[in-house]
Amino acid sequence: MENLKYAFFVGCTPKQSTPELMQSTLAIAEAFNIELVELVEATCCGASHMQDYDDFLSLVLNARNICYAEKRGLTIVTVCNTCQLNLATAKYRLDNDESLKQRVNAKLKEVGLEYKGTSEIKHFLYALIDDFGIDAIASRVTNPLKDLYIAPFYGCHNIRPHEVHGSSNGNEDPYRPTSLDRLIVALGGHSVEYGHKNKCCGFHVELQAPKTANRISGSAMLDAIENSADTMVTPCPLCHLRLDVQQKSISEEMGQDVSIPILHMPQMVGLAIGISPEKLGIKHNIAKVDFV
Amino acid sequence: MKNYDTKRVNFKVFRFNKEVDRLPYYENYSFDVAQDEVVLDILNKIKWEKDGSFSYRRSCRHGICGSCAIKVNNKPVLSCKERVFDLIDIFGYELVFEPQDIKQAIKDMVVDKERFWSKYSSVKPYLVAEIDAHPKSENIISEGEADRLDEADYCIQCGNCFYACPSIQVNGDYIGPAALLKAFRFNTDVRDEAKRDRLEIVNQESKGVWDCVKCYECAEACPKDLSPIDKITKLHNQIFEENMATDNVATRHAVGFKDSIQKHGFLDEGELVRYSEGNLGVLKHVPEALHMLKNGKLIMPWQMPKSEKLDEVDKLIKSSSTVKFK
Repeated sequence: MENLKYAFFVGCTPKQSTPELMQSTLAIAEAFNIELVELVEATCCGASHMQDYDDFLSLVLNARNICYAEKRGLTIVTVCNTCQLNLATAKYRLDNDESLKQRVNAKLKEVGLEYKGTSEIKHFLYALIDDFGIDAIASRVTNPLKDLYIAPFYGCHNIRPHEVHGSSNGNEDPYRPTSLDRLIVALGGHSVEYGHKNKCCGFHVELQAPKTANRISGSAMLDAIENSADTMVTPCPLCHLRLDVQQKSISEEMGQDVSIPILHMPQMVGLAIGISPEKLGIKHNIAKVDFV
Repeated sequence: MKNYDTKRVNFKVFRFNKEVDRLPYYENYSFDVAQDEVVLDILNKIKWEKDGSFSYRRSCRHGICGSCAIKVNNKPVLSCKERVFDLIDIFGYELVFEPQDIKQAIKDMVVDKERFWSKYSSVKPYLVAEIDAHPKSENIISEGEADRLDEADYCIQCGNCFYACPSIQVNGDYIGPAALLKAFRFNTDVRDEAKRDRLEIVNQESKGVWDCVKCYECAEACPKDLSPIDKITKLHNQIFEENMATDNVATRHAVGFKDSIQKHGFLDEGELVRYSEGNLGVLKHVPEALHMLKNGKLIMPWQMPKSEKLDEVDKLIKSSSTVKFK
């Protein structure tokens, strides 16, 4: 198989609050010979908030982001569900509305760019499962996660709205996603069945409505814990910031202890293929990862 | 009769009669289902063939009255539109039928929708205008003006989005997607004169648009594909366009992204929290910030990453901005 190569849309958190996501992503990409070419010109996707303020500007900036992958002739890989949704939404809207595309391109022309719609956009989870292949991953497992009950937490923006993601997430059904479950099993672990696996973490109202955010994430975490999860895993750094960093305030809001280790998806893969916890940035996780 | 495929399905059905049952229970029914049968056909079979006391709402059978909405394996459906075969594709041969909100169940699939309707009526869900009581002609709008409603007038008030919204489940004050969609529908009607009144209603903290968690459950739940969350975004936009955004943590949070992108390309996470919360408000984040600092999850201002070609970004922000925050 020819080595996989992608335009890497890093996003904001891997360079700031989730350095462990950056480290673990690069570590497993290296192990699988996947080449990630950083989109150094790219800007923040707007995180689903900027469009509330200025929808057109948000669209123009995301179209610009995609242009730089098109120039390199590469598919974009994201490592954050919200980056994924914002870029995929921009692409979906531009590819389905010729007059909107013309308005956006009129602006992009001022800086010598043109959005064409030639680059696909997919989250690293699906690049691994669908492009690299789940069997190829399974064949690289040296330390099967055989004693671990792992609760997959999919995060909203990788699975909803389904028509925006289309085939780029393997046509995942938003009411019964399976990719993370299949990945857990391929790594030798037990995937925990629980009702909140495809539910929201509340991240996007954390500042203005912390009570709402804490109750939403608390319900999901208690559901995972009650179903005997040893750890939760998520492909989204924003879910991770909620579930991992905010455990103390979530416990206070719920009146129950919600302590549980939270892994980033690439950290989980890395542990199973024998990459050291140091290289996977485990020391940055706030809830202690007590099984490594 | 059996000249086309049928599939044997077990239906696990929520049963509860508020007047006599202390607790709800689940009853199992098995049927051979044909490919053209919808969930409503199964509800009818249960009532007509198994238990005449089984209760559910239904009327038009054509996806327009909005009364037959239930949840199947937690997926909100309009019973008369949802083919059982499509559900088998997702969930397999055991399907669980539940009312939209089991906590509000009155009898079997019938729920008390009082909360839904009270939120709905709180947004002035009607045209507010001085209209001649005896008009000589229709008060029509142009095709372009109708397009701006973005199909929001197709809402059938089934409640699927409302009962799928996680924000409503934890915050009883939140107006929710159906009512917000309706506010957008009349706010965007050129004949209406209450736009600013409604924006005041939907701009309230803990009740209005700022409490949307952006999970897109409403977009998936809507049987008419109206994507209520996109209308919520447009209400956000109207609040800024009408210069009604109050200077608070939620509005500064939305605006802060633009400033940060202009300066760094990336979002400056620490500065966004400080700017959104204000210099005093940010103090409550100090304990978590110290924790993050200790674990190497905070960077110092001088370590802030920068995107390349920021001159392009600056130029685009200047030329493409459509709104100004006071």
